[in-house]
Amino acid sequence: MFQKPSARIVYASLVVLALAAVWIGCPAKKEATIGSGDAASKVFVPPGSYDEFYAFLSGGFSGQVSVYGLPSGRLFKTIPVFAVNPENGWGFNEETKGMLQTTDGFIPWDDSHHPELSMTDGTPDGRWLFINANNSPRIARIDLGTFRTEEIIEIPNSGGSHASPFTTINTEYVVSATRFSVPTPQADVAINSYKQNFKGAISFVKVDPKEGHMDLAFQILVPGFDYDLSHAGKGPSHGWFFFSTYNTEQAHTLLEVNASQNDKDFIMAVNWKKAEEYIKQGKAKPWASEYYINRYDDNKHTTISEKKKQVMMLDPKDCPDMLYLMPCPKSPHGADVDPSGEYIVGGGKLATVIPVFSFSKMIKAIEGKAFDGDRDGIPVLKYDAVLAGEVQEPGLGPLHTEFDGKGYAYTSHFVSSEVVKWKLGTWEVIDRMPTYYSIGHLMIPGGDSKQPWGKYVLAMNKITKDRYLPTGPELTQSAQLIDISGDKMRMLSDFPTIGEPHYAQGIAADLVRKHEVKIFDINKNEHKYATKSEKDAKVVREGKEVHVYMTASRSHFVPDNIEGVKVGDVVYFHMTNLEQDWDVPHGFAIKGNNNAELLIMPGETATVRWEPKTPGVYPMYCTDFCSALHQEMQGYVRVSAAGSNTALTFSTGK
Amino acid sequence: MKSYVLALAIFAATISMTACGSSNEEAKASWGEAANKPAKPDPYAGLTAFEKEHGIGPVKEELKLEAINTTLVKKGEKAFETKCYACHRLDTKLVGPPLQDVLKIRKPEYVMNMMLNPEGMIKNHPDAKKLFAQFLIPMANQNLTMDECRAILEYLRHANENAKKPS
Repeated sequence: MFQKPSARIVYASLVVLALAAVWIGCPAKKEATIGSGDAASKVFVPPGSYDEFYAFLSGGFSGQVSVYGLPSGRLFKTIPVFAVNPENGWGFNEETKGMLQTTDGFIPWDDSHHPELSMTDGTPDGRWLFINANNSPRIARIDLGTFRTEEIIEIPNSGGSHASPFTTINTEYVVSATRFSVPTPQADVAINSYKQNFKGAISFVKVDPKEGHMDLAFQILVPGFDYDLSHAGKGPSHGWFFFSTYNTEQAHTLLEVNASQNDKDFIMAVNWKKAEEYIKQGKAKPWASEYYINRYDDNKHTTISEKKKQVMMLDPKDCPDMLYLMPCPKSPHGADVDPSGEYIVGGGKLATVIPVFSFSKMIKAIEGKAFDGDRDGIPVLKYDAVLAGEVQEPGLGPLHTEFDGKGYAYTSHFVSSEVVKWKLGTWEVIDRMPTYYSIGHLMIPGGDSKQPWGKYVLAMNKITKDRYLPTGPELTQSAQLIDISGDKMRMLSDFPTIGEPHYAQGIAADLVRKHEVKIFDINKNEHKYATKSEKDAKVVREGKEVHVYMTASRSHFVPDNIEGVKVGDVVYFHMTNLEQDWDVPHGFAIKGNNNAELLIMPGETATVRWEPKTPGVYPMYCTDFCSALHQEMQGYVRVSAAGSNTALTFSTGK
Repeated sequence: MKSYVLALAIFAATISMTACGSSNEEAKASWGEAANKPAKPDPYAGLTAFEKEHGIGPVKEELKLEAINTTLVKKGEKAFETKCYACHRLDTKLVGPPLQDVLKIRKPEYVMNMMLNPEGMIKNHPDAKKLFAQFLIPMANQNLTMDECRAILEYLRHANENAKKPS
């Protein structure tokens, strides 16, 4: 059924579109925003010096995480997470294929949205970075010692992990709420039975405080809305989570119009301490739900995948006082909690104000039962009873808010393409900074924590157009760094980004650097096929499989001459890098392999699979420039016809 | 094996004529032909008497060496095979020099400092600079612990005394 939109909605949409066209089509005068005076020196980090902050930007449709320095905007690394990366063999080599295993099989790509730093006492602690996969619902944990994805957990009963992976103040949980509601449990039903059959789920993933290992503690079955973003409470609101929702109309088609009918959607407040009590009381029901946990073991240098078969599900019907709905104008995106933990800021994409909710008023409203009925049995709190204030005429399309820790909030406005600074408590607009163009999220290092480092705000813009030298139809996304140390914002610089960053996290560099890992200790290498001395290098035939136990050091392989491989064999090169010095990786490639290269860090073992198809002699070489004689780091594998009797031999230097 | 060594030697020679010309000159200036040119400064200037003999690095005092400890030799052999064997043999030159007789030429403290601080030694100790100029491959830092290093020294002591590899 096509619902006819009201004339008012059509009119409002037209006005918004017209304004958007004006802002996108006609850049404002650049003079107003170009950093003047000493802007260049503020972002200049002299050669050999370090940036003050790490910034972790999501890769969006690249599926990865990029690591930048601030204030310079220099790109240090792209960490492969949800997408394969032939550059270092992620998802190609035998050790990491398992990281991308799901109940739908191996998935080589996803859409990574929201990085979230692990926290201790409400401030980022520099141990781990979590990030969600929006398409095939998963959460990854990146270790900030190795800068590697070390764990990926699949989220069952979800149609897209979008409101994810936000963490509690001591990383007790990371959460995931589904963007798409789906038949839960999944079933072959008519799409237009949405209101009857589709449900949402909020997942609480428990994080082991020592190792960081994740597992699904419980899920909460919630109404079939779209769940967008979230933040955990802190200070007085610790114990609660806040989730923005849209499509409370429960439309299943043309959401652009049909999910924009209600003047207010909701921010859902979840009392997770209460949920824990219900779990203890045995209120959760076991649900058959399959999901994978894939962990990379830094000693075995291998993924260990485990398939789980059950989750514990809480139904709000059995759990009073666990969920409440705060009406929020209109199709909110951000649900952002200020450093004190008292204010919850809703970013209503289509709203004309920025509503700010009060946690203490919410508690009073709950106690006084200031309800406006319920949705699916969940009490709806009266808007006025929970509202702290509204920022009037902030701009168009408010999306997401971060805080500077000095009493100010900064909200991105997509439609009017600006960052708006406003004051907590008085709700007055203090300053505006145009962005180029159409900002999505913004990030202040620590800006969603108890103690922000309120020096810079990073604007992550969705539209690039003419900001850089053109590169054809497909353009980079542009980030802009803004100085917020003074009363007025100052534009400092633009820099290009990887994929499409949706959100970012920033942290003082020292907090990350103290976890630094430079090499893997070869004495702790427990890889099944590790070769810890050239003396142990060998080639072993097991039927049609040939296992090459191989070492690399500057600048030779052992063995580097191999004969006796036959067409029809499956060859596994298990390469151990014997180096124990920082920044001495070795690479490995062999001609004609339908596979990626290996890039092996010092002390590590990695395996590439090769199925040679025709007889001949195949060169192999080190792909990572390792020494003055790197170009000499090469060898040959002789491949004979199937059924031939070439003896299996191997050597180096003979 | 012979051709492997020969190939390395040829490469070493090639590189010394091309890429590393300037460092060769530096090397000459710092330690070459000192006897014929008395005007040249002492290449060991700046080093303490201890450092000159015993190398530069974390080992800063003379060791009190006792009779060879065979348990430590075994431990040292294992560490040697993982962390050193890719470049060093006892009896033959490979990427680096043979180590059978190293303790006849160098003090044990010098050998340990070379293992623990190869970059610093190659940069600052004239004898290590000279060796680098010969081999042209800088010795890799294998991030040995002090215990591992001491065990490897014991293995080398044993090898030196026995003039053949123990097994």
